Amino acid sequence: MTTADVLRFATRAALGYPLRTVLLVLAMSIGVAAVVTLTAVGDGMRRYIAGQFASLGANLVIILPGRTETGGLQPDSFAASTPRDLTIEDAVALSNAPLVQRVTPVSAGNAEAAANGRLREVMVLGATSDFILIRDLSLAQGRFLPVMDWRRGDAVAVLGATIHDELFGNESSIGQTIRIGDRRLRIIGVMEPSGQGLDMNTDELVIVPVATAQAIFNTTSLLRILIETRDRDAIDAVKAGLERIMRERHEGELDVTLVTQDAVLTTLDDILGSLTLAIAGIAAISLIVAGILVMNVMLVAVTQRTAEIGLLKASGARGRDIVRIFLTEAALLSFAGALAGYLFGLTGAWLVRLYWPELPAWPPTWAVAAALSVALGSGLAFGVMPARRAAALDPVFALARR
Amino acid sequence: MAQIELENIARTFSLGNAKVCALSTINVAIEQGEYIAIMGPSGSGKSTLLNLLGLLDQPDAGCYRLEGRDVTTLSSDELAAVRRQRIGFIFQSFHLIPRLTAAENIALPLVLAGVPPAAREKRARNALAKVGLQSRAGHRPDELSGGQRQRIAIARAIIMRPAMLLADEPTGNLDRHTGQDITELLESLNAAGTTLVIVTHDPIMGRRARRRLLMVDGVLTDDKGGTATDPPPGSPGRAAAPHPFAEQR
Repeated sequence: MTTADVLRFATRAALGYPLRTVLLVLAMSIGVAAVVTLTAVGDGMRRYIAGQFASLGANLVIILPGRTETGGLQPDSFAASTPRDLTIEDAVALSNAPLVQRVTPVSAGNAEAAANGRLREVMVLGATSDFILIRDLSLAQGRFLPVMDWRRGDAVAVLGATIHDELFGNESSIGQTIRIGDRRLRIIGVMEPSGQGLDMNTDELVIVPVATAQAIFNTTSLLRILIETRDRDAIDAVKAGLERIMRERHEGELDVTLVTQDAVLTTLDDILGSLTLAIAGIAAISLIVAGILVMNVMLVAVTQRTAEIGLLKASGARGRDIVRIFLTEAALLSFAGALAGYLFGLTGAWLVRLYWPELPAWPPTWAVAAALSVALGSGLAFGVMPARRAAALDPVFALARR
Repeated sequence: MAQIELENIARTFSLGNAKVCALSTINVAIEQGEYIAIMGPSGSGKSTLLNLLGLLDQPDAGCYRLEGRDVTTLSSDELAAVRRQRIGFIFQSFHLIPRLTAAENIALPLVLAGVPPAAREKRARNALAKVGLQSRAGHRPDELSGGQRQRIAIARAIIMRPAMLLADEPTGNLDRHTGQDITELLESLNAAGTTLVIVTHDPIMGRRARRRLLMVDGVLTDDKGGTATDPPPGSPGRAAAPHPFAEQR
């Protein structure tokens, strides 16, 4: 029997029982569609979150005070083990490093704010004029912190959108006074609502000059320093330069931690990638179930077509011809199911994108390839046993069946 | 050398612990072109004998030479090849594949033999013409009458130009008139030189055969009108007397 004839015969056989074929194809396609759609959603989420992170600035280095490391026990290990604080002077020094575009020292703390006769606990963020550029935020009204000496604490404040709404409602807040702790600050701007950021909600901040914040909280230390490099590729070189500067400034000891967005992004990417893989794995179980269904259907087909198998044998079909016929039929059914499932899956992903346009729900290639090959593979693997059973039928017994 | 030589053929089935002897010490020689009816009551072993002749079943003992070749030692693939090339089967229930058209059913043995589609079509058309059903090539079995179905089955059986046709109650599912037509069709094929072996209950049909083998309880009790081999000396259970050259011939 030629391959073309086997294929034709198996196709006719599959089409000869339309209801059975449609149901099986449907079962298989649900499995494939589940894998395709769910991985599309998972991967879309991964890309969405990665995109959100990248919008914070992919060429950002964050310096945090303190460093977690394991070292040998040395005579000086017991002395000078407390990390030095980050200071505005550190930030100034870092801003002169090569390939650095912008730097902003950041300090933060909670304080009570009073304005317009209302009182509220707020998070106060001390920053500089570049903060709005580094974090890619935008203003709704007024202006942001002016360019000035970082060590000078002007009595001005920029309100987050939520803070503005809660304290002033529909009234204009520009030019009004807000009391934070024991300081009275003039409101010079209101931020555009930006939604929940990943580290802090900028809508609920009151942004003040960094020196002002330090004065409010009576400290000289910084929460962190944000550094934007000129371009993304320079990040490793900049990091090395920053480390060298910090080491020099902190008496040869590197007691700060440098975090790049890249590292955060990679970690997040890994987590969400694993999550997508897990979703795909769970969905793939339905493909194995569909494979078992293929086996069941093919076993029924062998029983149903016993007389036909007997006839094929009497007409000179070899056992291997019969195996090929039934295996091809199983493969065709799984293939049709895989194809239909792929189309359903694409449709599902399309619907997801239609309803959540911000989610780039495209099925990843690896998931599509895996779904299709698992569908075909399980169909074939589970088709082997029925096909062998068909080939092993005793022709005399088979022909006795009607 | 006869076309078919059976020597001391025995076939036993196990039913649970019991052994059922379906055939014992069958000795028959069949020449090319003979017309043979195997007759006997139900359960006498007629069909078992036909299945053995058609290589669908293997004897437990004895020797079966088909065209001089001992076929009891062949592998299943070799047996399939012999069935494909040398043997045509006709069944009481036709055994047509319902989803295939008449022409496709007829061409099935050609498909199994790997004959290319163009040649298949031509040969299927010729075979349809031989059984007088040219106009039914595109019909499915459920659109055909019983007699037409059996004609399609016969066309399928002869498409490989086999040396012998084995028919198991070919008219059993047909009315008398249609059965008559089918019998005549088979006889015309036999007249063209194909060996014809028919298993039948029907004494009228049996009488038409030039040679009749009568089976009772797995033993060949009578062999009328044809040639038979001399049994090996001392073999028990043999009853049929050799009847050289039938009077009907």
